Amino acid sequence: MTRPFKQDIHNALENANLAGALTRFSEAYVVSRAKAYEGIDFEALRARVAEIKGGAAGRLQELAAEFTEKVEAKGARVFRTDSPEKVRDYILNLARERGVRSIVKSKSMASEEIHLNAALQKAGIEVRETDLGEWIIQLSGQRPSHMVMPAIHLKKEEVAEIFSQELRERLSSDIPRLVQVARTEMRQKFLEADLGISGANIAVAETGTLVLVTNEGNGRMVTTLPKIHVAIVGLEKLIARFEEVAPILQALPRSATAQLLTSYVTMITGPVPNTDGSLKELHIILLDSRRTAMARDPKFKQGLQCIRCASCLNVCPVFRLVGGHVFGHTYTGGIGVILTAWFNGLKKSEEIQGLCIQCGRCREVCPARIDIPGLIVEIRRNLAREEGQSLGQKAAYSIVNNRRVFHGLLRAAAIAQKPFVKDGFIRHLPLFLSDMTGFRSLPAIAAVPFRDRFREIRQPVTGERVAFFAGCLIDFAYPEIGEAVVTVLNKAGLEVVFPDRQTCCGAPAHYSGAFEVAAHNAADNIDALLQEEVRAVVSACPTCTAFLKYEFVNSLEETGLNRKARELSSRTVDFSSLVQKLVEGGRLRPAEIRETIPVTYHDSCHLKRTLGIFQEPRSLLAKAGYAVTEMFEADMCCGMGGSYSLKNPAISAHILERKLNNIRQTGTPLVAMDCPACVLQIRGGFDKEGGTVRVKHTAELLAERLR
Amino acid sequence: MPLFNAFKTRAEAVSSEVHRFPSKMEAMGFILEFLKKEGIEDSVGTCACWAPCPFLEGFDAKRLTEIVPGLHFEVTRQRAAGAKIGISQMDWGLADTGTLVQDATAVEQRLVSTLPEIHLALLETGKILPDLPAVLRLIDPREASYLALITGPSRTADIERVLTIGVHGPVRVVIVCIDPEKEAA
Repeated sequence: MTRPFKQDIHNALENANLAGALTRFSEAYVVSRAKAYEGIDFEALRARVAEIKGGAAGRLQELAAEFTEKVEAKGARVFRTDSPEKVRDYILNLARERGVRSIVKSKSMASEEIHLNAALQKAGIEVRETDLGEWIIQLSGQRPSHMVMPAIHLKKEEVAEIFSQELRERLSSDIPRLVQVARTEMRQKFLEADLGISGANIAVAETGTLVLVTNEGNGRMVTTLPKIHVAIVGLEKLIARFEEVAPILQALPRSATAQLLTSYVTMITGPVPNTDGSLKELHIILLDSRRTAMARDPKFKQGLQCIRCASCLNVCPVFRLVGGHVFGHTYTGGIGVILTAWFNGLKKSEEIQGLCIQCGRCREVCPARIDIPGLIVEIRRNLAREEGQSLGQKAAYSIVNNRRVFHGLLRAAAIAQKPFVKDGFIRHLPLFLSDMTGFRSLPAIAAVPFRDRFREIRQPVTGERVAFFAGCLIDFAYPEIGEAVVTVLNKAGLEVVFPDRQTCCGAPAHYSGAFEVAAHNAADNIDALLQEEVRAVVSACPTCTAFLKYEFVNSLEETGLNRKARELSSRTVDFSSLVQKLVEGGRLRPAEIRETIPVTYHDSCHLKRTLGIFQEPRSLLAKAGYAVTEMFEADMCCGMGGSYSLKNPAISAHILERKLNNIRQTGTPLVAMDCPACVLQIRGGFDKEGGTVRVKHTAELLAERLR
Repeated sequence: MPLFNAFKTRAEAVSSEVHRFPSKMEAMGFILEFLKKEGIEDSVGTCACWAPCPFLEGFDAKRLTEIVPGLHFEVTRQRAAGAKIGISQMDWGLADTGTLVQDATAVEQRLVSTLPEIHLALLETGKILPDLPAVLRLIDPREASYLALITGPSRTADIERVLTIGVHGPVRVVIVCIDPEKEAA
């Protein structure tokens, strides 16, 4: 990470206004979005949107040709180009030829992408953004901090100051008054303008229709009052058929602003009459700018399904801390990383891609069903491929890749108990080898790892065997969690085996884009785990479980190990799901009733969103005599994200602080979770501040209270 | 009329005002009252513009302008810009979002619903459809170059996310629903 970027992050985190505004919004958004989707089958709707947009992305050129033919037959002119420069030239020439002196614009992100305003102003043409937020941004010389709410980072006092300077008149910070000022000021501009520029949310090939979705009414004025209308449309806005407009309009306002429909939806098909009776001159610019190339990439093609609702920004635990000035370029947040990597070049996404913590919340809400975190990992892979790995990375992965050396190192570290490796190196190792204890304490490396302690456990011989996959954290930092797992399973009459040759699941390498290393880890583990004749492979780490269950299959897709990966996948189960089945089968019961113990439960990202498990641990805790009080945002990331907390310690610390606070708010003295990495983060946080809240893995709590 | 009730609930939820009348005559009575109450008179900023529409059939336009000085039936850009109230008839309503739908290709239709502070929208109660897909099935955009869907007044939340009504377009949307005329006995 470069120093200026680090400084930007620092400044954003210190900006209380920014974090306050974004956080309040993100909290309110979740509630209002849910209400807007009441009575709608979201999964079915987004499947339809993905189908429509995905289908269109597969035939952009064909749809562009059809659109052009249809709308030109109506009298519009279409200019299709790959080059931002040619778009600027086209509009400049048009303006020159028609003697245009002033332009009003409704929102167009494509125009921001090509820096159109600067070019027009340089040519002496007055350009006025008319969307209120965009106008504020234009006057203040900033860039939008959010795709839907460009000025969300500004307080009303700042807006009053910006307007006061523009109008040379002292204005109060009363919001309705400020809006009134904008209305009056802008009205004259609308009536005087020679040319109107708009974007489009949808372009329909079959009919040549442009669809504009707005709330303020500026879009209607821009397309009605000036005699010339130029619409700048990214190629990915094309869809095949008119009837496909409906599902997109059902999803976009609900996801963007939690409205059932925006105040105005305008559908324009060809030139319309002007107020003087003449026919409007309509120019439509279809901007390619790397979209066709993106559509040809089998993985990234789905990024073109985006309908620009910005819900991935609104639910992101990182975005709400740093905002779009840090987290993004023209396009911001998670989808912004992906679009930036294509529209502006991979290099431009290098810093911002590192801000994604891979919690998966955006994937849950994306109305176009884009796997945003998955594509960001693909960007990491491409970056690693293009720029190679650093020496530190290489050294680290050569160790993780060799189980004996790796485990030897961990054992040595346990004896040394001092960081004995350099920063750039440990960043890529499992993080309990790190000494970066700034905002949380880190666990000591266990003197005796689980793999050694396991041999000492006396188990019943039942012949019904399950294999335990410990993962690095349980094996080398929290062996007691592993022991609790064995205790619970033994009580149900299961015999646990520990395949000794198991190693790191490969998640750290995968999330850094080192896919070959991850594939190597996968192959080693498959080999180790399929050796044993067992009923199931169980893990008490949701990240490991997700890798055994899904990621191994993906990373070995094109190898001969594919079949074996699938076999392991079908055997793999997370701890809580397995125990829930054992309880349901009557093989585990609550121990004799003692007093109920209050607890709150933290949902780990991979357990909730990758594995879909959240009922099971709550139900098990309740059965075992724990009274579960829900915390606010129980399924919000704790800020750990594996090595993320080492690469972005300041962001990780802020996210953790919120989590600790939400836990404290419940008043329970105990918090449970199913992930040892969350245990590390949250326990470390409480420990650092000297708090009294106990942090436990669900397995530890069940071991005491089930029989 | 379950569709009307749903339409009214949704429209009011987005700050539209909804009135319903059993006949054209009663609707006209309300409109004239409304124009009077809003102080419509013949000067810039206080006049009203009424775009051509089927509702007006059977009424004497000249007589109406005599009753309400300041009410104009010739809609120009200048007049609409100086009007307090714009009146137009919408083609459909959508029950599940409280939306008005109009083929607004004729520029007068756009002017009266865009520039004045108050948009008074006429709608036949029988033209209320369940939802957006229903109306899109009826429309061929090649026949209607400028389709306007209006759901409540102009709004913004661009300053501190505070919902504020009336930024560029109408501050009020007053919907007057008219039931079909009963056959004379």
